[in-house]
Amino acid sequence: MKEITYREAINEALAEEMTRDENVILMGEDIGLYGGNFQVTKDLILKFGDNRVMDTPVSEAVIAGCAVGAAMSGLRPVIETMFSDFVTLMMDNLVNQAAKIHYMSAGEISVPMVLRLPVGCGTGAGAQHSQSPEAWLCHVPGLKVVFPSNPYEAKGLLKAAIRDDNPVVFCEHKMLYPTAGSVPEEEYIIPLSQANIVKKGTSLTMIAYGYSVQKCLVAAMQLKPKGIDIEVIDLRTLHPLDEDTILESVKKTGRVIIVHEAVKTGGVGAEISALIAEKAFSYLKAPILRIAGMDIPVPFNKTMEQACVPQILDIKKAAERMMRR
Amino acid sequence: MSLTNEKIIKMYTRMVTARLLEEMLNEMFNEGMLHGTTHLGIGQEASGVAPCMTLMEGDKITLTHRNHVGCVGIGMDVKKILAEMFGKETGVCGGFGGSMHMVDYEKGNMFANGVVGGGLGIAVGAALKMKYKGEANIVICFMGDGATNEGMFHEALNLASIWKLPIIFFVENNGYAVSMPQYRSMNIRDIEKRAESYGMRSIIVDGNNAIDIYNMTFSAAQSVREGFGPMFIESKTYRICGHSRSDIEQLYRNQKEIDYWLAKCPIKRLEEYMLKNNIAKSEMLKEINTQIMDELKQAVLYAQNSLEPSLENIGKYVYAK
Ligand SMILES: Cc1ncc(C[n+]2csc(CCOP(=O)(O)OP(=O)(O)O)c2C)c(N)n1
Ligand SMILES: [Mg+2]
Repeated sequence: MKEITYREAINEALAEEMTRDENVILMGEDIGLYGGNFQVTKDLILKFGDNRVMDTPVSEAVIAGCAVGAAMSGLRPVIETMFSDFVTLMMDNLVNQAAKIHYMSAGEISVPMVLRLPVGCGTGAGAQHSQSPEAWLCHVPGLKVVFPSNPYEAKGLLKAAIRDDNPVVFCEHKMLYPTAGSVPEEEYIIPLSQANIVKKGTSLTMIAYGYSVQKCLVAAMQLKPKGIDIEVIDLRTLHPLDEDTILESVKKTGRVIIVHEAVKTGGVGAEISALIAEKAFSYLKAPILRIAGMDIPVPFNKTMEQACVPQILDIKKAAERMMRR
Repeated sequence: MSLTNEKIIKMYTRMVTARLLEEMLNEMFNEGMLHGTTHLGIGQEASGVAPCMTLMEGDKITLTHRNHVGCVGIGMDVKKILAEMFGKETGVCGGFGGSMHMVDYEKGNMFANGVVGGGLGIAVGAALKMKYKGEANIVICFMGDGATNEGMFHEALNLASIWKLPIIFFVENNGYAVSMPQYRSMNIRDIEKRAESYGMRSIIVDGNNAIDIYNMTFSAAQSVREGFGPMFIESKTYRICGHSRSDIEQLYRNQKEIDYWLAKCPIKRLEEYMLKNNIAKSEMLKEINTQIMDELKQAVLYAQNSLEPSLENIGKYVYAK
C-alpha cells in the first residue's frame, strides 16, 4: 500500500489506462502544461505528448461533441470541465447524443467516453462555481454517474469508467483533491454499480457518496461511544443504483438517513427514498430522512456557504434524534 | 463630445483606483484575509475603464469574472466592492455574490458573469429591450479573448447583427485564456475578423492607450445609438498577474513578455499624455494617488467593520416576491 491524494489517484488511473490502451485520450481546458485547474492531469502531457493530452479552447459544447464522435469511432476520450457547473454547456451532447446513440442504433454503436467533473462547494467561488449537478445527469437513461469518496475509490472507479462501453460522468469533489488515503501498489478495478459498505452497523443505515461519505464516517465514529452503531454505505455509482446493497442494509437496520451536498429537491436522496419506500417499507422503524443541501444557489459568504450543505454536526444530531424515536 | 480635461482626470482617477484596489486585494488574499478566489485586471485598466467613460445615463454594461476594473470604471462605490470581497451585508451583492459577480444595476452594471461567455446572451437581451422601447441607450458587453471560442459568442453576434441591436461587443484580448495563448486557440490573429462574418462593423484598438480607446469607443457608440446596428471592438492588452489565485507557476509565458507589457503600462502612458498636454501637473497626479489611497484604506475599514449577512436570510432571494 502507498499513501496518495485523491488528485494523484485520479492522475494515476489516467496514466495507467493511457499506457494500457492507446485509444484513451484526454481533452479539456488547460489540462496540458498547466496540469488542469485542480492539477489533476499534472505532467501527463510530458508522459504522453500533446496528441494524447489535448488543451482545448474554452468551448465546452464541442469538447463534449468531439468526445462523442471520437468515442463512436473507437477512441476512449476522457474529457474534463474546469468546474462541474459548466456541464450545462455540454448538455445536448451528453443528453441527446451520448446517452441515446447506443439505444437508437439498436446496439450497433457505443459511446465509451468519460466526463470528469470537479463538483461541490467550500472554495468560496460563488454560485456559478460551486454546484453539485450530479442528479441532473442521473435523470438520463444511458448515462452512468459515478462519485468516488476517497483516493482508493477514485482510482479503481475511474479505471472501470474508462473501460466501460458507455458514457460515464465521473464526479470528483473539490474538497477531496488534497486528501490522502491508502492505495494498493498493484492494479485493481472497482466495478461500477456496486455500492460499498464502508462501516458495518446495526442501529441505522447512512447512505452517502463523495465527500459526504467522509462526513458520515466521522459522525458514525463519534456516535459509537453513545451506543449508536451506524452502517455507512458509499454508493460509489449513483446511476444505475446498486439496489440490493441498499435494501439489504435497510431491512437489517430499519432506519435510514441519506446524506448529500447537492440540493434536496429532486436529488439522488429522493430517488433512494422512493426506492426504499417501494421495496422495503414494512421494514422501516422510522421515516426515511434526507440531509441534503438547501434548495438555494451556493452563497459566497463563508458562513452561509458552510451552512447550506450538511455538516458533521447536522448528521450526528439527526442520527441521535432518529434513534430516540 | 470631445474628451475634456475634466473627463480625462476622472478617467485617470478611476484607472488608478482600480489598480490600487487590486494591489490591495492581492495583498489581503496573501495575508489570508479574504475567502475564495479573484481575477486581477492589473494592466487592463485602460481597456476596462475607458469604454465605461463614454456611457450615458441608462446605458448598461455586462462584465466577466475579471470585473473589478469595469466596476470601478462605471463608478461603483469601492466601499461596497470591498465589502462584497469580504462577504459582508453591505457589499454590492450583500455577500451573496463574491468577486466574480459584482452587480450595480443603478450604475449600469447589469451583471458580472463567472461563466465564460455567460454575459453575451444577457447583453443581447438588454439591447433588445432598448430597441423595443425606443430608448437611445446602448449596451457594452465586455468579454475576454477566450470567450470568443464559446458557441454563445457566435449565436449572440449573429442575433445582434440581424436584429440591428444597440450593442458593442468589447473584447479585452489579453492574449490568454488561463494558460491557453490566443494563437493556439484560434487560427486568426485578429479576433475582429470574426465580426465580419456576422456582417458587423469592427475596429481594433491599442488596449493600453486610454485616450484612443475612449475616442474610438465613443464614435462607435454614437453610430450604434443612431441605429446603425452593433459594433465589435477588439482591444489588444495584457494581463500582468496570473489568471487567478491558483495560477502560480505560469509556465505558459516568460518574464520577457511580461516586461514588454509592463513597459506599456496604461496608467503610466496616460500620465505621460496628461503631463505632455498640460492636463495635469505631476503634483496633482501625486495628490490624486494619495487621495485614492486614503479612500481605499477607509473602504477597507468600512468593509471590515460591516456586519456579516444574517443566516436567517440565506434563502431570502431565491425567488422574487
Ligand atoms: C463556461 C466556462 N468555461 C470555463 C471556465 C473557466 N475559466 C474561467 S476564466 C477562463 C478563461 C477565460 O479567458 P478570457 O475569456 O480570455 O478572459 P480572461 O480570463 O483572459 O480575462 C476559463 C477557461 C468558466 N469560468 N466558464
Ligand atoms: Mg484572455
